[in-house]
Amino acid sequence: MTRTIRLHVNGQPYEGTVEPRTSLADFLRDGLDLTGTHVGCEHGVCGACTVLLDGEPVRSCLLLAIQMDGALLTTVEGLAAGDRLHPLQQAFWDHHGLQCGFCTPGILLTATALLAENPRPTDAEIREAISGNLCRCTGYHFIVEAIRAAAHGM
Amino acid sequence: MKPAPFEYAAPPSLDEAVAELARHGDDGKVLAGGQSLVPMLNFRLARPRVVVDINRVTGLDAVTESEGVLRVGALVRQRRLERWAAGRSALLATAMAHIGHSAIRNRGTVTGSVVHADPAAELPALLLALDGAVVARSPRGERAIAAAELFQGPLTTTLGPDEIATETRFTLPAATDGWGFHEMARRHGDFALIGAIAVVGLRAGRIARVRTALFGAGPTPVRLAVLERGLVGEAGTVATLRAASASATRALDTAADIHATAEYRRAVAATLMTRALVDAVGRAKDHAA
Repeated sequence: MTRTIRLHVNGQPYEGTVEPRTSLADFLRDGLDLTGTHVGCEHGVCGACTVLLDGEPVRSCLLLAIQMDGALLTTVEGLAAGDRLHPLQQAFWDHHGLQCGFCTPGILLTATALLAENPRPTDAEIREAISGNLCRCTGYHFIVEAIRAAAHGM
Repeated sequence: MKPAPFEYAAPPSLDEAVAELARHGDDGKVLAGGQSLVPMLNFRLARPRVVVDINRVTGLDAVTESEGVLRVGALVRQRRLERWAAGRSALLATAMAHIGHSAIRNRGTVTGSVVHADPAAELPALLLALDGAVVARSPRGERAIAAAELFQGPLTTTLGPDEIATETRFTLPAATDGWGFHEMARRHGDFALIGAIAVVGLRAGRIARVRTALFGAGPTPVRLAVLERGLVGEAGTVATLRAASASATRALDTAADIHATAEYRRAVAATLMTRALVDAVGRAKDHAA
């Protein structure tokens, strides 16, 4: 059994055919070729696959694509405006907020939602917000600095 | 790490969802937030033939409070109750903030976590401490299952295979009651090694009523009934609360695993219950002052 779904990703309309068991993460990557969304643990722990659903961060490995008919999603591909990086992306670049980059898309989207709700977060609030995103390279310090810098630059 | 194939239905009304689930019985599984079910599908620990998605059902997304009873519809996300509780119920707000991470709470439902019945989760214990209930609907009609009758074992409840949980009810602490909530986890957002909840009401400076629950302390959340009865009439000194907690946690059916021994869990349970009770008595005294 497959079903056709229609949804908006980064403001663009898309249509695709999915099995009920296809996760949103796999649909974004394999169905829509939006491979910026990374798949890590596939059980909601690592946060690499975080996307925004109606502006709120969610785990795309814990959503079924078939549920997303009519949904409005933002993925990491939707942050930059053409060649101009999003202020958070620029701050991650400037402050070395990434090394291997695997966790970065999920952290960028989590931080986007944090700053939309709380434009001047404290370091403790930043650490709490990204506590559901595992990074094995940076030790988080530069990530916190980058988010803080982006908040003050936006 | 990918689910086995299943069929999918997303009925638009509760009646149709109930009928759909009844057609499949043990082969069907209800999907609300999916933050517990989908990991189990991905691990193939759950292999339902049909997933009945209730996210398109209307009328299940209300949060209402009336005469001290909070009613939470089956599609209310944990994040929404967390925001509702801010400024209204400090106990509820504190407990909600301990559940997973915000991305989990944005999608995970209150009722789903309750009926998933993980013994180390916050919401089942909160339901037990707050004399809550779950409302269930099946083709046979509707019934309310009290928290004390709901939890049977790890991930096991008395909810029937043809029943859909439609609402969770909590009896909120009185405005003059004090509360305490303590949890120990290895990392922020992890399931608790142990958690303790206490709600205390005073009369003339002495304890008049106590409600408690521990989580992570056995196959289900645990209420300490003997402790609750024993503390009534006491002044609630730290020494009394510590002795009562030590005595009440001695025979707990705690588990040993890679994270902690059974003895360690019992020791932490005694300490956290003491702290929860001390906080609750302290806050109740602040209200009385």
